[in-house]
Amino acid sequence: MDFQPGIILASLPMFLDGLWVTLELVGIALLFGMIFALPLGIIRAVNVPYLTQLIGGYTYFFRSTPMLVQLLVTYYGFGQFKWMQDQWNAGNSFWLLFREPYFCACFAFTLNTCAYTTEIISGAIKNTSTGEIEAAKAMGMSWITRMRFVILPAAMRRILQSYSNEVILMLQGSAIASAVTLVDLTGVGRAVYARYYAPFEAFIFTGLIYLVLTFAVLGLFKLAERRWLAHLKPRKH
Amino acid sequence: MKKLLTLSLLAMAVVSGSANAKDWKNIRVGIEAAYPPFNELTADKKIVGFDKDLSDAICSYLKANCTYVIQDWDGMIPGLLAQRFDTIISSMSSTEERKQKVSFTRPYYNTPAFFLVRKDSNMNVDSPAAMKGKRIGVQSATIFQNYADAFYKPAGATVTPYQTLDQVYMDLTSGRLDAVLFGSIEHDTFLKSKDGAGYKMAGKPLLDPKWFGEGAAIAVRKDDEDLRKQLDAAVEALHKNGTYDKIRKKYFSYDIWPKG
Repeated sequence: MDFQPGIILASLPMFLDGLWVTLELVGIALLFGMIFALPLGIIRAVNVPYLTQLIGGYTYFFRSTPMLVQLLVTYYGFGQFKWMQDQWNAGNSFWLLFREPYFCACFAFTLNTCAYTTEIISGAIKNTSTGEIEAAKAMGMSWITRMRFVILPAAMRRILQSYSNEVILMLQGSAIASAVTLVDLTGVGRAVYARYYAPFEAFIFTGLIYLVLTFAVLGLFKLAERRWLAHLKPRKH
Repeated sequence: MKKLLTLSLLAMAVVSGSANAKDWKNIRVGIEAAYPPFNELTADKKIVGFDKDLSDAICSYLKANCTYVIQDWDGMIPGLLAQRFDTIISSMSSTEERKQKVSFTRPYYNTPAFFLVRKDSNMNVDSPAAMKGKRIGVQSATIFQNYADAFYKPAGATVTPYQTLDQVYMDLTSGRLDAVLFGSIEHDTFLKSKDGAGYKMAGKPLLDPKWFGEGAAIAVRKDDEDLRKQLDAAVEALHKNGTYDKIRKKYFSYDIWPKG
């Protein structure tokens, strides 16, 4: 069989829909993951009794199990319990969220990326050089002021590179969304393959879209680094 | 090369021509023995199932002596062409691609597709309009998804594709789905399992060959047209004299004889 570009053209609207689902899922997960990871990362770094260990347990659990397993537990696992099914039948609007594949995917993805981001942030905070902290203390800054004006701004700059990896990993990791019936970019690739029996066209094009997305993410982080990590660049003159 | 091919084809025709001359008193039947309830192997290595029973009946109708050859599914047509056996009676669906290689009798069964719903449900599953807003589960990339997408999705039902069949049933029992569209054989297996107690098949059996294929038929080599005719006649006759239904009732509570 020859390469049939017509298949890709005919499926373009489907691919656009899938692209949108992927972007939404990853975007929501990264946004909420970051919002939760900020306080968690700080607590994990500064050692609050019990709380720090608890957060350590959470990140350990989510970083040492595959995201696919987390997603399957969220979607199929919870739904198996009689109690959960009773809540659904009773119309409990909070638990009904767990009936929707979309929410389940956002939930699992957010918890997963939040765990990694928490570790990235806490690592960056811990790596703040003692000299900076001593200087801030000598200026008479309180803990909050130190955190806000000295430690966090520097730490957030330093996470840029490792965080860009996390974003790319999430983007590609989201390809498992079709395991819970969502038709994301990979799901569309599968559907096109099944419809035309043309695996090459379907998956090459899917891969190409991921490639472009990853390239865009890298570009954005490059821009961010140029702006916020300018002081680390070698001198040009 | 072409000449050689023609020559060897000719030679084959001569060989099978001599085979044609035999009166088919000995028929070797290829069977998979791994597709319950149609054909499977018992613990003591006996072939049982609907295909086996029907094939026994065909052989006694033709007064032929049948021997069975167990053959893995992917080598089924090659095995037939290599003369390891003379016919395949093993739930093989008659499809256009296979017809390029072998010839088929008329289909001897065609299991319909059904909607599976909760026992207390009174949805009118036959009407796409009545299924508006309902959630229908299908396995992705199947004829069932094509059918649901073509008729039920435009009418406003949510058609949800799953990667495996057990996931579809799992979401039916968890309450995420209102109905599952699939083949009746798989539904039967589910209904007999411990999760299946609260469910039933609903609506009319779905059999449109345009969507669901022609059904399973007996395959023979293309040159054995006389054998094909005999088997064809045997299947027809067994259906007419009631033997077919007697065998069918052992396995299925509903008719699986292909109509039309």
